[in-house]
Amino acid sequence: MDFNENFILGCSAIGAGLAVIAGIGPGVGQGIAAGHAAAAVGRNPGAIGDIRSTMLLGQAVAETTGLYGLLVAILLLFVKPLLP
Amino acid sequence: MQQGILLSGSDVDFMIHGIFQYSFFGHQVWITTSHVCILIVMLILTGFAIAANRAIVKGSEVPGGFQNVVELIVEKLDGVVDSSMGKAANGYYNYIGTVFIFILFSNISGLLGLRPPTADYGVTLPLALITFAMIRFSKWKYQKPLTIWEDYCSPLPKWLPIWMPINVISNLAVPVSLSLRLFANVLSGTAMMALIYGLLGKFATVWPAALHVYFDLFSGAIQTYVFCMLTMTYISNEIGDGVRR
Repeated sequence: MDFNENFILGCSAIGAGLAVIAGIGPGVGQGIAAGHAAAAVGRNPGAIGDIRSTMLLGQAVAETTGLYGLLVAILLLFVKPLLP
Repeated sequence: MQQGILLSGSDVDFMIHGIFQYSFFGHQVWITTSHVCILIVMLILTGFAIAANRAIVKGSEVPGGFQNVVELIVEKLDGVVDSSMGKAANGYYNYIGTVFIFILFSNISGLLGLRPPTADYGVTLPLALITFAMIRFSKWKYQKPLTIWEDYCSPLPKWLPIWMPINVISNLAVPVSLSLRLFANVLSGTAMMALIYGLLGKFATVWPAALHVYFDLFSGAIQTYVFCMLTMTYISNEIGDGVRR
């Protein structure tokens, strides 16, 4: 079966849109991490430096899955690997 | 194929461009904008290093001016390494400091109008591979071979190495995730700025400065910190309570 290029590009755009739905997960996860960090600072304001660095590290690791989705979207939109 | 994406697609441009092509043992190799940008970053950092070296060599007991700044930078970086690596920190000041300064300046070089070199996977993958090599090397330096074998068979006893492929894969995932994290973060910032400048045209005059502060300065600094913190965490995980051999 033969598809023309516009059809493939349109499907790539839909796929890119679906791929960035991956951003929901890191959003929720980072929010949970930030909320717990705020609670921890409220309990122990002296440890704010340690809490901040731990929170940033955990958030960065949690962000990775969302970035993979973003990477797939950027590849689909700009590198266009599906075109023959 | 230029009009394929985004109706005014020709304005949106954040890809790497080839500048100069040459033949290298039969392969066609390109000098790209990434090379040029990384060369500029390296020149600036080398100039800074030479100036810092002079300031320290001619330094006085009571520091003033530029010497003060250099000492502050070095002390802060060493403090970060100290606080997260403990007693093993001695051998890693140089690497972490160098990588920190290089990645930080690469990330914020978008402010100078360059395309950030770290938005090229060919730059972040070698950085992550160096880190990976350091992690493995530290493991061999600080642990006995028997302990390493036990770690590879970790949840199961050491005479039953069926869990080993999983552990090897989880080790090999470290450089991939490290490099992809840095690359995708910087690339997303670059892509956002390119979209804003390309699609809004002359509406994007002054207010994108605020976005530059977020995407280039804030995000770049956070990612630099995260890269270095993860490197140190992985290394000190592998070192454990081992003794240097």
